[in-house]
Amino acid sequence: MPPGEELARRLAAEVPDPELPFLTLEDLGILRRVEVGPEGTVRVVLTPTYSGCPAVGQMAEDVRRTLMDAGFPAVQVDTELAPAWSTDRLGPRARAKLEAMDIAPPPPAAPAPITLTLKCPHCGSLRTRQLSRFGSTACKSLWRCQDCSEPFEHFKALR
Amino acid sequence: MTAGVAGLSALDLHEVALALGDDCLVLSHRLAEWTTHAPELEEEVALANLALDLLGQARSLLSLAGEAEGRGRDEDQLAYWRDDRDFRNLLLVEQPNGDFAVTMTRQLLFSAYQELLYDRISSGTEPRLAAIAAKGVMEARYHLEHARLWVQRLGGGTEESHSRMRRALDLLWPYTKELFEPTEAWGRAADLGALPPLASIEGPWRKTIQSQLESSHLEIPEFSAWQSGGRRGSHSEHLGHLLAEMQHLHRSHPNATW
Ligand SMILES: [Zn+2]
Repeated sequence: MPPGEELARRLAAEVPDPELPFLTLEDLGILRRVEVGPEGTVRVVLTPTYSGCPAVGQMAEDVRRTLMDAGFPAVQVDTELAPAWSTDRLGPRARAKLEAMDIAPPPPAAPAPITLTLKCPHCGSLRTRQLSRFGSTACKSLWRCQDCSEPFEHFKALR
Repeated sequence: MTAGVAGLSALDLHEVALALGDDCLVLSHRLAEWTTHAPELEEEVALANLALDLLGQARSLLSLAGEAEGRGRDEDQLAYWRDDRDFRNLLLVEQPNGDFAVTMTRQLLFSAYQELLYDRISSGTEPRLAAIAAKGVMEARYHLEHARLWVQRLGGGTEESHSRMRRALDLLWPYTKELFEPTEAWGRAADLGALPPLASIEGPWRKTIQSQLESSHLEIPEFSAWQSGGRRGSHSEHLGHLLAEMQHLHRSHPNATW
Protein backbone atom coordinates (compact mmCIF):
# COMPACT_ATOMS: atom_id res chain seq x y z
CA MET A 1 0.00 0.00 0.00
CA PRO A 2 1.47 3.39 -0.96
CA PRO A 3 2.25 5.68 1.98
CA GLY A 4 -0.69 7.76 3.08
CA GLU A 5 -3.30 5.48 1.60
CA GLU A 6 -4.61 4.32 4.97
CA LEU A 7 -4.77 7.94 6.18
CA ALA A 8 -6.52 9.11 3.00
CA ARG A 9 -9.03 6.32 3.29
CA ARG A 10 -9.76 7.08 6.94
CA LEU A 11 -10.19 10.81 6.25
CA ALA A 12 -12.50 10.24 3.27
CA ALA A 13 -14.51 7.67 5.22
CA GLU A 14 -15.24 10.18 8.00
CA VAL A 15 -16.50 12.99 5.71
CA PRO A 16 -20.12 13.73 6.74
CA ASP A 17 -23.04 13.50 4.35
CA PRO A 18 -24.16 17.07 3.53
CA GLU A 19 -27.86 16.25 3.99
CA LEU A 20 -27.63 13.84 6.93
CA PRO A 21 -24.46 15.15 8.62
CA PHE A 22 -24.60 12.63 11.49
CA LEU A 23 -23.83 9.91 8.90
CA THR A 24 -20.43 9.56 7.26
CA LEU A 25 -19.78 8.52 3.69
CA GLU A 26 -18.65 5.16 5.06
CA ASP A 27 -21.83 4.74 7.15
CA LEU A 28 -23.88 5.27 4.01
CA GLY A 29 -21.84 2.74 2.07
CA ILE A 30 -21.10 5.16 -0.74
CA LEU A 31 -17.29 5.28 -0.44
CA ARG A 32 -16.05 2.73 -2.95
CA ARG A 33 -12.26 3.11 -3.14
CA VAL A 34 -9.37 5.34 -2.14
CA GLU A 35 -6.10 5.03 -4.05
CA VAL A 36 -2.90 7.00 -3.62
CA GLY A 37 -0.61 7.31 -6.65
CA PRO A 38 3.20 7.54 -6.61
CA GLU A 39 3.17 11.36 -6.46
CA GLY A 40 0.75 11.32 -3.54
CA THR A 41 -2.22 12.03 -5.79
CA VAL A 42 -5.41 10.64 -4.31
CA ARG A 43 -8.26 9.15 -6.32
CA VAL A 44 -11.52 8.66 -4.44
CA VAL A 45 -14.43 6.75 -5.94
CA LEU A 46 -17.96 7.40 -4.66
CA THR A 47 -21.26 5.89 -5.74
CA PRO A 48 -24.48 7.93 -5.63
CA THR A 49 -27.47 6.86 -3.53
CA TYR A 50 -30.00 8.13 -6.09
CA SER A 51 -29.31 8.93 -9.77
CA GLY A 52 -30.25 12.55 -9.19
CA CYS A 53 -28.89 12.97 -5.66
CA PRO A 54 -28.02 16.68 -5.54
CA ALA A 55 -25.58 16.13 -2.67
CA VAL A 56 -23.02 14.25 -4.73
CA GLY A 57 -21.31 17.42 -5.96
CA GLN A 58 -21.03 18.72 -2.41
CA MET A 59 -19.68 15.39 -1.14
CA ALA A 60 -17.00 15.36 -3.82
CA GLU A 61 -16.02 18.90 -2.87
CA ASP A 62 -15.95 18.06 0.87
CA VAL A 63 -13.74 15.01 0.25
CA ARG A 64 -11.41 17.03 -1.94
CA ARG A 65 -11.07 19.80 0.62
CA THR A 66 -10.57 17.42 3.54
CA LEU A 67 -7.73 15.60 1.78
CA MET A 68 -6.09 18.79 0.47
CA ASP A 69 -6.19 20.24 4.00
CA ALA A 70 -4.43 17.09 5.23
CA GLY A 71 -1.59 17.83 2.80
CA PHE A 72 -2.30 15.59 -0.17
CA PRO A 73 -1.08 17.47 -3.26
CA ALA A 74 -3.94 16.58 -5.63
CA VAL A 75 -7.29 14.87 -5.23
CA GLN A 76 -9.58 13.49 -7.87
CA VAL A 77 -13.10 12.34 -7.00
CA ASP A 78 -14.95 10.11 -9.44
CA THR A 79 -18.38 8.53 -9.26
CA GLU A 80 -19.15 5.00 -10.28
CA LEU A 81 -22.63 3.49 -10.69
CA ALA A 82 -21.97 -0.25 -10.79
CA PRO A 83 -22.71 -2.16 -8.67
CA ALA A 84 -25.73 0.01 -7.89
CA TRP A 85 -26.10 1.28 -4.33
CA SER A 86 -29.09 0.10 -2.36
CA THR A 87 -30.16 0.66 1.24
CA ASP A 88 -28.82 -2.82 2.03
CA ARG A 89 -25.41 -1.09 2.07
CA LEU A 90 -26.29 0.76 5.26
CA GLY A 91 -24.35 -0.89 8.04
CA PRO A 92 -25.51 -1.48 11.64
CA ARG A 93 -23.75 1.71 12.73
CA ALA A 94 -25.76 3.77 10.20
CA ARG A 95 -29.01 2.17 11.31
CA ALA A 96 -28.26 2.90 14.96
CA LYS A 97 -27.39 6.51 14.15
CA LEU A 98 -30.62 6.98 12.15
CA GLU A 99 -32.64 5.64 15.07
CA ALA A 100 -30.82 7.93 17.47
CA MET A 101 -31.86 10.87 15.26
CA ASP A 102 -35.52 9.69 15.32
CA ILE A 103 -35.39 8.62 11.68
CA ALA A 104 -36.76 5.11 11.12
CA PRO A 105 -34.15 3.07 9.20
CA PRO A 106 -35.17 0.97 6.17
CA PRO A 107 -36.50 -2.48 7.03
CA PRO A 108 -33.84 -5.19 6.59
CA ALA A 109 -33.77 -6.99 3.24
CA ALA A 110 -36.44 -9.68 3.10
CA PRO A 111 -36.38 -12.68 0.77
CA ALA A 112 -39.77 -11.63 -0.64
CA PRO A 113 -41.21 -8.10 -0.73
CA ILE A 114 -43.58 -7.71 2.19
CA THR A 115 -45.18 -4.63 3.64
CA LEU A 116 -43.80 -3.98 7.08
CA THR A 117 -45.07 -1.46 9.52
CA LEU A 118 -42.49 0.94 10.87
CA LYS A 119 -41.76 1.42 14.53
CA CYS A 120 -42.32 4.95 15.81
CA PRO A 121 -38.89 6.28 16.80
CA HIS A 122 -40.48 8.42 19.54
CA CYS A 123 -42.66 5.96 21.47
CA GLY A 124 -41.97 2.60 19.84
CA SER A 125 -45.56 2.05 18.72
CA LEU A 126 -46.14 -0.09 15.65
CA ARG A 127 -49.35 1.76 14.80
CA THR A 128 -47.83 4.11 12.23
CA ARG A 129 -49.01 5.40 8.90
CA GLN A 130 -47.23 6.76 5.83
CA LEU A 131 -48.11 10.39 5.15
CA SER A 132 -46.04 10.80 2.03
CA ARG A 133 -43.89 8.46 -0.02
CA PHE A 134 -41.40 11.29 -0.47
CA GLY A 135 -39.72 13.60 2.00
CA SER A 136 -37.35 16.50 2.43
CA THR A 137 -34.52 14.65 0.64
CA ALA A 138 -34.56 11.95 -2.05
CA CYS A 139 -33.78 9.22 0.49
CA LYS A 140 -36.63 9.84 2.95
CA SER A 141 -40.41 9.46 3.28
CA LEU A 142 -42.74 10.98 5.86
CA TRP A 143 -44.70 9.01 8.49
CA ARG A 144 -46.90 9.62 11.49
CA CYS A 145 -47.47 7.68 14.69
CA GLN A 146 -51.12 7.00 15.50
CA ASP A 147 -50.40 6.60 19.21
CA CYS A 148 -48.23 9.61 20.05
CA SER A 149 -49.38 11.57 16.94
CA GLU A 150 -45.80 12.68 16.21
CA PRO A 151 -44.65 12.76 12.60
CA PHE A 152 -41.29 11.15 11.82
CA GLU A 153 -39.00 10.59 8.87
CA HIS A 154 -38.08 7.24 7.40
CA PHE A 155 -34.93 6.44 5.42
CA LYS A 156 -36.85 4.54 2.77
CA ALA A 157 -35.75 1.23 1.33
CA LEU A 158 -34.26 1.32 -2.16
CA ARG A 159 -33.44 -2.01 -3.67
CA MET B 1 -14.59 6.41 -28.80
CA THR B 2 -14.35 2.87 -30.08
CA ALA B 3 -17.11 0.31 -30.29
CA GLY B 4 -18.37 -1.10 -27.00
CA VAL B 5 -17.45 -4.58 -25.84
CA ALA B 6 -20.74 -5.92 -27.06
CA GLY B 7 -19.74 -5.07 -30.65
CA LEU B 8 -22.26 -2.27 -30.63
CA SER B 9 -21.06 0.56 -32.87
CA ALA B 10 -20.32 3.87 -31.16
CA LEU B 11 -22.96 5.56 -33.29
CA ASP B 12 -25.64 3.04 -32.32
CA LEU B 13 -24.70 3.39 -28.65
CA HIS B 14 -24.99 7.16 -29.06
CA GLU B 15 -28.44 6.80 -30.68
CA VAL B 16 -29.94 4.50 -28.07
CA ALA B 17 -28.47 6.35 -25.08
CA LEU B 18 -29.85 9.58 -26.54
CA ALA B 19 -33.34 8.09 -26.93
CA LEU B 20 -33.39 6.76 -23.36
CA GLY B 21 -31.88 9.96 -21.99
CA ASP B 22 -34.30 12.23 -23.84
CA ASP B 23 -37.26 10.31 -22.40
CA CYS B 24 -35.93 11.06 -18.91
CA LEU B 25 -35.02 14.67 -19.58
CA VAL B 26 -38.34 15.64 -21.17
CA LEU B 27 -40.48 13.85 -18.59
CA SER B 28 -38.38 15.35 -15.81
CA HIS B 29 -39.10 18.81 -17.15
CA ARG B 30 -42.82 18.07 -17.44
CA LEU B 31 -42.98 16.90 -13.81
CA ALA B 32 -41.02 19.92 -12.63
CA GLU B 33 -43.74 22.11 -14.20
CA TRP B 34 -46.02 20.94 -11.36
CA THR B 35 -43.86 22.73 -8.80
CA THR B 36 -46.10 25.21 -6.92
CA HIS B 37 -49.18 23.80 -8.75
CA ALA B 38 -49.56 20.36 -7.17
CA PRO B 39 -52.88 19.44 -5.50
CA GLU B 40 -51.27 19.03 -2.06
CA LEU B 41 -47.92 19.69 -0.42
CA GLU B 42 -46.92 16.02 -0.14
CA GLU B 43 -47.57 15.53 -3.84
CA GLU B 44 -45.59 18.62 -4.68
CA VAL B 45 -42.60 17.04 -2.94
CA ALA B 46 -43.30 13.70 -4.61
CA LEU B 47 -43.43 15.11 -8.14
CA ALA B 48 -40.24 17.10 -7.61
CA ASN B 49 -38.49 13.94 -6.37
CA LEU B 50 -39.66 11.94 -9.38
CA ALA B 51 -38.37 14.72 -11.61
CA LEU B 52 -35.03 14.71 -9.80
CA ASP B 53 -34.53 10.95 -10.22
CA LEU B 54 -35.30 11.26 -13.93
CA LEU B 55 -32.95 14.19 -14.30
CA GLY B 56 -30.15 12.17 -12.71
CA GLN B 57 -30.80 9.31 -15.13
CA ALA B 58 -30.90 11.78 -18.03
CA ARG B 59 -27.51 13.20 -17.02
CA SER B 60 -25.87 9.76 -17.01
CA LEU B 61 -27.48 8.73 -20.30
CA LEU B 62 -26.74 11.97 -22.14
CA SER B 63 -23.14 11.94 -20.88
CA LEU B 64 -22.80 8.43 -22.28
CA ALA B 65 -24.42 9.51 -25.57
CA GLY B 66 -21.93 12.37 -25.81
CA GLU B 67 -18.94 10.14 -25.06
CA ALA B 68 -20.02 7.53 -27.60
CA GLU B 69 -20.48 10.19 -30.25
CA GLY B 70 -16.92 11.35 -29.69
CA ARG B 71 -17.46 14.91 -30.88
CA GLY B 72 -16.91 16.53 -27.51
CA ARG B 73 -20.56 17.23 -26.72
CA ASP B 74 -21.36 16.84 -23.02
CA GLU B 75 -24.70 16.42 -21.23
CA ASP B 76 -25.34 20.18 -21.15
CA GLN B 77 -24.64 20.68 -24.82
CA LEU B 78 -26.95 17.83 -25.70
CA ALA B 79 -29.70 19.11 -23.40
CA TYR B 80 -29.52 22.80 -24.26
CA TRP B 81 -28.23 23.10 -27.80
CA ARG B 82 -30.32 20.66 -29.78
CA ASP B 83 -33.59 21.65 -31.48
CA ASP B 84 -36.76 19.60 -31.27
CA ARG B 85 -36.11 17.58 -34.42
CA ASP B 86 -32.88 16.31 -32.85
CA PHE B 87 -34.65 15.03 -29.74
CA ARG B 88 -35.38 11.30 -29.71
CA ASN B 89 -37.88 11.01 -26.85
CA LEU B 90 -41.24 9.24 -27.06
CA LEU B 91 -44.24 11.43 -27.85
CA LEU B 92 -45.87 10.15 -24.65
CA VAL B 93 -43.44 11.96 -22.33
CA GLU B 94 -43.76 15.34 -24.06
CA GLN B 95 -47.56 15.43 -23.74
CA PRO B 96 -48.70 18.35 -21.59
CA ASN B 97 -49.45 17.65 -17.93
CA GLY B 98 -53.19 18.29 -18.32
CA ASP B 99 -55.00 17.64 -15.06
CA PHE B 100 -53.60 15.44 -12.30
CA ALA B 101 -55.30 12.38 -13.84
CA VAL B 102 -53.40 12.90 -17.11
CA THR B 103 -50.10 13.31 -15.28
CA MET B 104 -50.61 10.16 -13.21
CA THR B 105 -51.82 8.12 -16.17
CA ARG B 106 -48.71 9.16 -18.09
CA GLN B 107 -46.63 8.15 -15.05
CA LEU B 108 -48.26 4.74 -14.91
CA LEU B 109 -47.80 4.07 -18.63
CA PHE B 110 -44.20 5.28 -18.70
CA SER B 111 -42.91 3.96 -15.35
CA ALA B 112 -44.21 0.46 -16.11
CA TYR B 113 -42.35 0.62 -19.43
CA GLN B 114 -39.16 2.06 -17.95
CA GLU B 115 -39.06 -0.49 -15.15
CA LEU B 116 -39.27 -3.41 -17.59
CA LEU B 117 -36.76 -1.80 -19.92
CA TYR B 118 -34.18 -0.98 -17.23
CA ASP B 119 -34.56 -4.40 -15.67
CA ARG B 120 -33.64 -6.04 -18.95
CA ILE B 121 -30.92 -3.54 -19.89
CA SER B 122 -29.27 -4.03 -16.50
CA SER B 123 -28.42 -7.62 -17.44
CA GLY B 124 -27.55 -6.67 -21.03
CA THR B 125 -24.18 -6.79 -22.76
CA GLU B 126 -23.30 -3.08 -22.79
CA PRO B 127 -21.70 -2.43 -19.37
CA ARG B 128 -22.20 1.35 -19.28
CA LEU B 129 -25.87 1.14 -20.21
CA ALA B 130 -26.30 -1.76 -17.80
CA ALA B 131 -24.82 0.27 -14.91
CA ILE B 132 -27.17 3.20 -15.49
CA ALA B 133 -30.16 0.88 -15.82
CA ALA B 134 -29.29 -1.08 -12.66
CA LYS B 135 -29.36 2.17 -10.72
CA GLY B 136 -32.47 3.49 -12.48
CA VAL B 137 -34.57 0.35 -12.14
CA MET B 138 -34.90 0.78 -8.38
CA GLU B 139 -36.13 4.32 -8.93
CA ALA B 140 -38.52 3.32 -11.74
CA ARG B 141 -39.97 0.65 -9.44
CA TYR B 142 -40.70 3.27 -6.80
CA HIS B 143 -42.20 5.63 -9.40
CA LEU B 144 -44.46 2.87 -10.70
CA GLU B 145 -45.66 2.12 -7.19
CA HIS B 146 -46.49 5.79 -6.70
CA ALA B 147 -48.45 5.96 -9.97
CA ARG B 148 -50.32 2.75 -9.12
CA LEU B 149 -51.54 4.17 -5.82
CA TRP B 150 -52.88 7.29 -7.49
CA VAL B 151 -54.49 5.48 -10.42
CA GLN B 152 -56.17 3.22 -7.89
CA ARG B 153 -57.44 6.15 -5.85
CA LEU B 154 -58.59 8.23 -8.81
CA GLY B 155 -60.07 5.36 -10.81
CA GLY B 156 -62.02 4.04 -7.86
CA GLY B 157 -62.66 7.43 -6.30
CA THR B 158 -65.52 9.80 -7.10
CA GLU B 159 -67.53 9.94 -10.28
CA GLU B 160 -65.54 13.03 -11.22
CA SER B 161 -62.10 11.47 -10.63
CA HIS B 162 -63.17 8.30 -12.43
CA SER B 163 -64.37 10.15 -15.52
CA ARG B 164 -61.18 12.21 -15.57
CA MET B 165 -59.12 9.03 -15.50
CA ARG B 166 -61.11 7.66 -18.43
CA ARG B 167 -60.53 10.85 -20.35
CA ALA B 168 -56.82 10.72 -19.54
CA LEU B 169 -56.54 7.17 -20.85
CA ASP B 170 -58.37 8.07 -24.06
CA LEU B 171 -56.03 11.00 -24.49
CA LEU B 172 -52.74 9.15 -23.89
CA TRP B 173 -53.40 5.66 -25.20
CA PRO B 174 -52.67 6.62 -28.85
CA TYR B 175 -49.06 7.32 -27.85
CA THR B 176 -48.42 3.89 -26.34
CA LYS B 177 -47.83 1.95 -29.53
CA GLU B 178 -44.67 3.94 -30.15
CA LEU B 179 -43.17 2.52 -26.95
CA PHE B 180 -42.70 -0.76 -28.79
CA GLU B 181 -41.54 0.44 -32.21
CA PRO B 182 -37.78 -0.11 -32.49
CA THR B 183 -35.53 2.22 -34.45
CA GLU B 184 -32.83 0.63 -36.61
CA ALA B 185 -30.17 1.34 -33.99
CA TRP B 186 -32.37 -0.24 -31.32
CA GLY B 187 -32.84 -3.32 -33.49
CA ARG B 188 -29.07 -3.75 -33.89
CA ALA B 189 -28.47 -3.15 -30.17
CA ALA B 190 -31.12 -5.78 -29.39
CA ASP B 191 -29.48 -8.28 -31.73
CA LEU B 192 -26.27 -7.83 -29.72
CA GLY B 193 -28.05 -8.23 -26.39
CA ALA B 194 -27.43 -4.67 -25.22
CA LEU B 195 -31.14 -3.84 -25.18
CA PRO B 196 -34.20 -6.08 -25.04
CA PRO B 197 -36.20 -6.55 -28.24
CA LEU B 198 -39.15 -4.24 -27.66
CA ALA B 199 -41.58 -6.96 -28.73
CA SER B 200 -40.45 -8.97 -25.72
CA ILE B 201 -41.56 -6.37 -23.19
CA GLU B 202 -44.84 -5.41 -24.84
CA GLY B 203 -46.71 -8.41 -23.40
CA PRO B 204 -45.50 -7.94 -19.81
CA TRP B 205 -46.19 -4.19 -20.05
CA ARG B 206 -49.72 -4.72 -21.26
CA LYS B 207 -50.34 -7.24 -18.51
CA THR B 208 -49.14 -4.79 -15.84
CA ILE B 209 -51.30 -1.98 -17.20
CA GLN B 210 -54.34 -4.16 -17.72
CA SER B 211 -54.34 -5.61 -14.22
CA GLN B 212 -53.76 -2.18 -12.68
CA LEU B 213 -56.61 -0.66 -14.66
CA GLU B 214 -58.94 -3.54 -13.85
CA SER B 215 -58.37 -3.18 -10.13
CA SER B 216 -58.94 0.58 -10.53
CA HIS B 217 -62.32 0.11 -12.28
CA LEU B 218 -60.86 1.26 -15.59
CA GLU B 219 -60.06 -0.39 -18.87
CA ILE B 220 -57.78 -0.10 -21.86
CA PRO B 221 -59.49 2.07 -24.52
CA GLU B 222 -60.78 0.05 -27.46
CA PHE B 223 -59.56 1.92 -30.48
CA SER B 224 -56.74 4.35 -30.98
CA ALA B 225 -55.49 6.40 -33.88
CA TRP B 226 -51.83 5.61 -33.19
CA GLN B 227 -49.34 8.45 -33.08
CA SER B 228 -45.59 7.99 -33.35
CA GLY B 229 -42.46 9.67 -34.64
CA GLY B 230 -40.65 10.91 -31.53
CA ARG B 231 -37.81 8.40 -31.85
CA ARG B 232 -37.18 9.75 -35.38
CA GLY B 233 -37.35 13.39 -34.33
CA SER B 234 -40.87 14.07 -35.53
CA HIS B 235 -42.50 15.68 -32.52
CA SER B 236 -45.74 17.38 -31.54
CA GLU B 237 -45.71 21.15 -31.18
CA HIS B 238 -45.70 20.63 -27.41
CA LEU B 239 -42.02 19.72 -27.37
CA GLY B 240 -41.04 23.00 -29.01
CA HIS B 241 -42.75 24.97 -26.24
CA LEU B 242 -41.16 22.81 -23.55
CA LEU B 243 -37.68 23.25 -25.02
CA ALA B 244 -38.15 26.99 -25.40
CA GLU B 245 -38.65 27.22 -21.66
CA MET B 246 -35.96 24.69 -20.73
CA GLN B 247 -33.26 26.06 -23.03
CA HIS B 248 -33.95 29.78 -22.97
CA LEU B 249 -31.78 30.76 -20.02
CA HIS B 250 -28.81 28.67 -21.05
CA ARG B 251 -28.89 29.95 -24.62
CA SER B 252 -29.28 33.58 -23.57
CA HIS B 253 -26.40 33.32 -21.11
CA PRO B 254 -24.03 30.62 -22.38
CA ASN B 255 -21.86 29.07 -19.67
CA ALA B 256 -23.76 30.85 -16.92
CA THR B 257 -23.44 29.14 -13.56
CA TRP B 258 -25.46 29.60 -10.39
ZN1 LIG C 1 -45.20 7.29 18.58
